[in-house]
Amino acid sequence: MRWRSTMFVLAAAFLAVFLEACAGLTRNLTGAQVDFLPALMVYAALTHGFATVALLAVCGGLWFDSLSLNPLGASILPLLFIGLLIHRSRDLLLREHVYAQAMLGAAAGAAQPLGTLFILLNAGAAPLAGWFSLWQWAVMAAGCGAAAPVFFKLFDRLRRALEYQPATQTSFRPDREIKRGPM
Amino acid sequence: MLKKSHYIILFFVVLLALALMQLPGGTMGKFKLAISGLFLPLFGLSNSTHAWLAQTREELVPRRDLVRQLDQLRRDNQVLQLRLQQDAQLWNENARLRAEVGWERQSRWRVKMARVIARDPANWWRSLEIDLGSRDGLRPNLPVLTSDGLAGRIQSVGQTRSQVILLGDPNLRVAAKVVSAGLTNGETGILAANTSAPQDEGMIDLDMLSGASSARPGQSVVTWGAGGVFPADIPIGKIVDSRPREYGLSTEARVKLAANLSALEEVWVMLP
Repeated sequence: MRWRSTMFVLAAAFLAVFLEACAGLTRNLTGAQVDFLPALMVYAALTHGFATVALLAVCGGLWFDSLSLNPLGASILPLLFIGLLIHRSRDLLLREHVYAQAMLGAAAGAAQPLGTLFILLNAGAAPLAGWFSLWQWAVMAAGCGAAAPVFFKLFDRLRRALEYQPATQTSFRPDREIKRGPM
Repeated sequence: MLKKSHYIILFFVVLLALALMQLPGGTMGKFKLAISGLFLPLFGLSNSTHAWLAQTREELVPRRDLVRQLDQLRRDNQVLQLRLQQDAQLWNENARLRAEVGWERQSRWRVKMARVIARDPANWWRSLEIDLGSRDGLRPNLPVLTSDGLAGRIQSVGQTRSQVILLGDPNLRVAAKVVSAGLTNGETGILAANTSAPQDEGMIDLDMLSGASSARPGQSVVTWGAGGVFPADIPIGKIVDSRPREYGLSTEARVKLAANLSALEEVWVMLP
């Protein structure tokens, strides 16, 4: 069942990149486009194996960069390192708590653009950056913080709907049955 | 703790990312178009949905409004037909005079309409994708216009889609000249991204004007024609203000773009 879950994560990443490019809801409202891949990475790193994290970093990064003027591969490394950090400390994180999920999402959403900008500047590119970028950065962090718990809830429901659920055992035990009347 | 297999995966992913970033521009462009081709079914679905919504909206418009709009369009069409006749006379006169003086013959613009299908998901670039490609006769560096003025140029071309780099992106520089009352005042400069307020998609900087520039607010800015990418005299915008730079050696002006780049749905590609 893990491969199916991995496919769902990749499909969500594909849809997220498409919606970011096509719909631009947050861009029209706030002047900043939120990238949902870091929030998805938080979910993948806390609930899946490292192979899924690496797949999400490669596929998500490539899809994002293919629709952007970013050099191809610029988004892969920041996503991978976010996933790696969270995956390494997953046993210490309170992944069931919505607050922890939101905080991790916000941190990932803040780290991803910084990492990508660092790579772009070192690759000789000259991206548009100014004081307004701080606002965009804050919006991206807040957007990812809000999206991470939603991803957790969404995938949890999907998993429960599609995966085999073992029947719950009743507390009835025949050897403890009180039988009344004549034996 | 990471296992040995995790280190191997990590090594290969880092290697892949670094190798991709080192690809030459042309190869990287082809890779990008191939990967973004995966989104084609979704782009198609999005276009169909838009078309269906537009059709539904049209069906909901009352007949009385449609008749009124039709009357208005008929009147506009008649006015435009008259202007077109006048324009044709002026065009012929202009061509005859240019021939007499020995100037190069001007050619009319050939344009093709394209629908915007996606915008750059990153906040630090200004680019978009359109639904025309090499099969429609597009090639890199063709100018992209709106009915109001210049929007950008084609960056890379796939078979059915192209990436357009917009004015205001750091990767696009345009040679421009200042025009006052339809006549150039000899001021030329380079249009570049607005560094003071990059979030404002409607504003752009005109650098490299002379130190003694007479550029004033309200004057028009059009393409200069130098460089071979953009033909001369495509409207770009109007000067908002100007300030001296480098201790008065040059002047920088802020230009309000004529085209609204943040709400583009359709653009025109100028064919050679």
